[in-house]
Amino acid sequence: MKEDTMLKIENLHVQLEEEDKVILKGVNLELEAGKVHAIMGPNGSGKSTLSYVLSGKDGYEVTDGSAALDGEDILEMEPEERAAAGLFLAFQYPVEIPGVGNMTFLRTAVNAQRKLRGEDEMSAGDFLKLVRAKAKDLKIDADMLKRPVNVGFSGGEKKRNEILQMAMLEPKMCILDETDSGLDVDAMKLVAQGVNALRSPERTFLVITHYQRLLDHIKPDVVHIMADGKIIKSGGPELAIEVENNGYADLLGEVA
Amino acid sequence: MPFTPKRTVKSPAKLDLTAATLAHVPSFDGLGWADKARAAARARVAEMGMPLGRDEYWKYTDTKPFTNVDPDHTGAIAATDVFGASGAVTITITNGKVQGELPVVDGLDIQCLSAAADAEIHWAQDTFGVLEAAGQNNVERPLAALTTALATEGILIHATKDVTQPVRIVYTTDGGQANVHHVIKVAPKAGVTILEEGLAGARASTNMEVAVADGARFDHLRVLPLDAERTLSNHCFANLGAQSTFRSFTLTPGGQMTRNEAVIDINGDDATAHIAGACLGDGAFHHDDTVFITHDAVNCESRQVFKKVLRNGATGVFQGKILVQPDAQKTDGYQISQSLLLDDDSQFLAKPELEIYADDVACSHGSTSGAIDEDALFYLRSRGVPHAHAIDLLTLSFMAEAIEEIADDALAETVLAFLTETLEVRRA
Repeated sequence: MKEDTMLKIENLHVQLEEEDKVILKGVNLELEAGKVHAIMGPNGSGKSTLSYVLSGKDGYEVTDGSAALDGEDILEMEPEERAAAGLFLAFQYPVEIPGVGNMTFLRTAVNAQRKLRGEDEMSAGDFLKLVRAKAKDLKIDADMLKRPVNVGFSGGEKKRNEILQMAMLEPKMCILDETDSGLDVDAMKLVAQGVNALRSPERTFLVITHYQRLLDHIKPDVVHIMADGKIIKSGGPELAIEVENNGYADLLGEVA
Repeated sequence: MPFTPKRTVKSPAKLDLTAATLAHVPSFDGLGWADKARAAARARVAEMGMPLGRDEYWKYTDTKPFTNVDPDHTGAIAATDVFGASGAVTITITNGKVQGELPVVDGLDIQCLSAAADAEIHWAQDTFGVLEAAGQNNVERPLAALTTALATEGILIHATKDVTQPVRIVYTTDGGQANVHHVIKVAPKAGVTILEEGLAGARASTNMEVAVADGARFDHLRVLPLDAERTLSNHCFANLGAQSTFRSFTLTPGGQMTRNEAVIDINGDDATAHIAGACLGDGAFHHDDTVFITHDAVNCESRQVFKKVLRNGATGVFQGKILVQPDAQKTDGYQISQSLLLDDDSQFLAKPELEIYADDVACSHGSTSGAIDEDALFYLRSRGVPHAHAIDLLTLSFMAEAIEEIADDALAETVLAFLTETLEVRRA
C-alpha cells in the first residue's frame, strides 16, 4: 500500500443477499489522500452498490475481496463505526425523517461520532455557532435547520443538506452518490462549491455520477469508468469528456 | 337516535363477579349529593354487571386485572416531575388523599371531593356522576360507574375565566388501590389547562368528567408513570358546547396494564375535540386506548391520533369510534391509530369504527402497524448514530404526529424532552 492511500479496494465481489445476483465482480481502486476520484458508468454498472457496500448498508453480501480505510478493514464494521472512522456517504436520495429536527439530527450525529471515537461531546453553544456558519456558506437558512430532516425539502435543499452534514462531520473519505441528480445548474454549482470548500490534503472524495457536467464544477484528479461490476478504464479528467462526447458504447466496445 | 346501545349478556359468571364486587362497595345511605350520586352509580354497576372477557368491548384486553376483587398490590411507585417547571399550581394526591391546602387561582374555584361532598356546590353536583351516567348510554362502562361509587377523593374545578396557568395534579402512592373522581366544569368562554402525572395507586382508577360550555376551552395533558407493575383504568367523559375546544393528550412511557377510555359528546355547533396519545411499550406492557366520539351538532371537528411503539412482546390496543348523528352535518372526523413494532413478538390490535347517519360529512380513519424503516435506520447509522440510538430517534419521529396535537408549544417541548430522556435511560 502506498504511504498516502486513503481507501483501498481490492478484488471486491458483492452479491445481493436476497437473490443470487452478483453486482460487483472484482473492483480494484486505490484512492490517495487529498485526491478527487470520479466513477462514471452506465445504469446498472454497480456504482451505487459500491457506495452502499462501503458504507455498510444491509442486503449485500461480500463474497470476496477487501476494502480498507486508512489501512483499517471496514467491511466488518457497523455503519456507525465506519462513519466514526471517517467515512461519509452523501445519499442519492436523502431520507426524510419527520418529527426529528434537522439541528437535533446533526447534533446527535456529531456527538455520537465523537463518543464512538472516545472524544468529548461538543457543547450546545459551540455546535450552534459552527452549524450556523457552515449553513450560511451553503445558503441554508435557520428555517431549514429547524424543520424536520429533509421533510418538504426541494431536491436542491436535500443535497445541500447532505453537504452540510458532511461539513459538520468532517469525514476524511467522502463518497458522493449521484449528488447531481435532480439538481438544476444553480443548485449544482452551490453543492459543488460546498464540496470544493471541503477539499483538503487530508480528505479524499469519490464522486459517483452519470454525467460529466458535475465534474466541470468538482474537478477530479482521476476518472474511472465502471461497467458490469468492474472498473474497466481509468484516466485523467479527459476520460470524462470522452464519455460526454461519445457515450459509454465506445468504451464498452473497446474492452470487449 | 339510530345507534343501538350495546348491552352485555348477563351470564351467571358475570352476576357472580358483580355480586362479589358489590360486596366491597358500601351502600351509601348518606343524604349529601355525593352519596346520592354514589348510590346511583352503585346501582348502575349492579344493573350493567362487571366486565368479562366475553364482552365485545373487552375483546382485546384482559378484564381480570381490573376486576379481581382481591388483587395483589405490588410495585414501588416512583414519583415523576415532568411538569414541575411548567409554572402550574400543583395539587398532590397521596394514597388517594389530597395533601395540604388547595391552591387559590383567580378565575378557578378549586375544591376537593373529600371536603366538598356534603357542601352545597351546585356546579359540581350538577355534573358529578352525571356525565359518567350519560356515557353509559351507548356502551356499558361498569368500571367507570364503580369508580364513581368508590371514589372518595378528586379535584373539582369550576373555571369562570380563561386561565392559562395550568393546574397540575400529582399522584403519589405507597401501593394499594385508589379511586379518584374529578369534575372539571368550564363556564362559557372560560378555559382551563389540567396536567396530570404520577400514579394514584398500584391499582388505580380515575374518572374525569369535563363539561365544556359554549366558547370554552379545555386542555389536558397526562403523563402516566414508568413503573411496570401497576393496573390503571382511566375514564374521561366530556360534553362539549358550541364553539368550544377540547384537547387531551396522554403519554404512556411504560407500565404493565392500562386502559384509557374517553367518551366525548359534541353537543354544540362548531366545536373541536382532539384526543391523542403516545405509548412506549416494552415487555409485559398492555395499553388500551378506547375512544368514543359522538357528533351531535353541526360543523364540528374531531381528531383521534394514537401512536404506539412496542417491543419485547408488548401489546397495544386501539378501539376508536366516531358516531355521527343524523343532524350532525358538516362533520369533519379524523382518526389515525398506528403502531411501530420493533420486533415480531409485539402486537397491535385495532378496531377503528365509523358510524355515520348524516350525509354531508368528511370522515377518515386509518390504522396501521409496521416495522422500522430500514432506509431511515441506515441513513441515521451512516451518520454515526448507533443502532439503538437510531431506533429511538425513529421512535420519536413516529410519535411526532401525536405530540403535535399538544396545543401549547412549551408543554409539547416538555413532553418531548421527558420522552427523549426516558428513551436515553432505557438505552443506557
